[in-house]
Amino acid sequence: MHRTIAEKILAAHSGRREVEPGELLNVRVDLTMANDGSTPPAIQEFRKLPIERVWDPERIVLVMDHFCPAKDIAAAANAKTSREFARAQGIRHFYEGGAAGIEHALLPEQGLVAPGELVVGGDSHTCTYGALNCFSCGVGHTDIAAAWATGEVWLKVPHSLKILLHGRKAAWVSGKDVILHILGRVGVEDANYLSMEYSGDGVADLTMEDRLTICNMTAEAQAKVGLFPFDERTREYLIGRVNRPYTTYSADPGARYLDTLEVDLSSLEPQVALPYLPSNVKPAREVAGVSIDQAFIGACTNGWLADLRAAARIMRGKKINPNVRCVVIPATPNIYRQALREGIVGVLSEAGCVVGPSTCGPCIGGHLGLLAAGERAVSTSNRNFRGRMGHPESEVWLAGPAVAAASAIMGRIAHPEEVA
Amino acid sequence: MRLVGRVWKYGSYVDTDVMYPARYLTEFRPEEMARHCMEGLDPTFAREVRPGDIIVAGRMFGIGSAREHAPVAIKASGVAAVVAPSFARAFHRNAINIGLPVVECDGIDREAEKGDELEVDLVEGTVLNRRTGRLLRASRYPEFMLGIIQAGGLMNCLREKLRRN
Repeated sequence: MHRTIAEKILAAHSGRREVEPGELLNVRVDLTMANDGSTPPAIQEFRKLPIERVWDPERIVLVMDHFCPAKDIAAAANAKTSREFARAQGIRHFYEGGAAGIEHALLPEQGLVAPGELVVGGDSHTCTYGALNCFSCGVGHTDIAAAWATGEVWLKVPHSLKILLHGRKAAWVSGKDVILHILGRVGVEDANYLSMEYSGDGVADLTMEDRLTICNMTAEAQAKVGLFPFDERTREYLIGRVNRPYTTYSADPGARYLDTLEVDLSSLEPQVALPYLPSNVKPAREVAGVSIDQAFIGACTNGWLADLRAAARIMRGKKINPNVRCVVIPATPNIYRQALREGIVGVLSEAGCVVGPSTCGPCIGGHLGLLAAGERAVSTSNRNFRGRMGHPESEVWLAGPAVAAASAIMGRIAHPEEVA
Repeated sequence: MRLVGRVWKYGSYVDTDVMYPARYLTEFRPEEMARHCMEGLDPTFAREVRPGDIIVAGRMFGIGSAREHAPVAIKASGVAAVVAPSFARAFHRNAINIGLPVVECDGIDREAEKGDELEVDLVEGTVLNRRTGRLLRASRYPEFMLGIIQAGGLMNCLREKLRRN
């Protein structure tokens, strides 16, 4: 049979030659990931089992990124519980403090995820690693506890949606605009349970960071996984990160898809998603002028070096609007250090940005930049649900880093060309 | 498995952030989590929900995060089942794993109102509105998922399996 990437990776992890969409399988996982939100409850579940040791401590990654550096005593206690568990179980891949970054940026950066692997994480944006041709999806803490115990999870083989990308992106357009555009067309339900598989000549125009951002927000379509094919760019990205052998997978000609969505990259403009759904998308140009109180550049979507460079390019020599607070969070300490070396942190700080430590913080309304009732933020994060970044009567408008930076300068939603 | 309960009614696209806001993710004791259940959408819910109540919603209940706190808070509130035309993937999966019945039932959002009494048969795959007398067909679980729900969750299944080995 002709198979999709998802079908091939799942078959390889279930000891089967082929699997069919809709089948329920027990699959072997290569890696599990959990954070300071999902680790403590997973430990609580794990302790209900009649075993003492995890299946393989080398295949467990724990990242203290959601409420760390600890925002309060409860967060500190959760990190402590996680740290003690890691020590007792011999889990080497425990990241906190200056070693911790936002999980979905940290795992690819550290070479912990590779093509052809199957990864589950106690966080919905685990699907980010699909950019590396890796089957990865978000699960709950019970699944994480079960995988710690057995090295397996149950999964339903997804049907697939083909996203056919053509052409080259125009100026000011990044992966964020591509996925916002796709969400505007697919919505938050049509891709539920599906594998969104990207292909076409447009793939070559997308940087790894673009692809990681696109796969990250595959979660907003409620898709199980988003997958890019492996190409020269992927291979180059993995050099110096992944030394173990890996297997790459491509979709067969004639593989079955429920539907095909064609996207002409060259026709895209910067996009914005209005409250309260990530699919409520309009071109930035159409909503320019809407006033903002805060701009946030960071999160597992857009805390990449390329995003900080884009922000610095717009902000160099300018000042943040006096009515706006601008919070910038590099996704990992390595990205932070590189931004320091390139002078980006200085440019952003001179402009009036708060440049914070690597954490999920503001994106989840956790810490470091929450919104009061009636406030509006433009944010490079991935969700704009009611109350996501603070008070239930605050608003989050999602955009890419160029729009967020331009908006911070103008004090209102702005197209980057207005300030460049 | 037959469940009878009083209806709480919500719309489509109820997301996990309103079900259980992320600022409470540092908490994971179920009885404490129940105090914040549905807080972003309906602050009366946590105060007034009674054991055995049933949540009826529109399409795609549980979009957003994979946080298991959302179904755990609902289950800890005493809710016996959630009935909706469709569920978001991660929420659905997590609910099954903790033994919270989530029942896919086309048209339920038009056929039930707040306060109605529903009778849900998980094995037969039916939902009866006792006020209107209308019987709706619901999707039936694959045996594998029904097994997890009947055992009270994945951990109970796994504990038995590990004990047998």
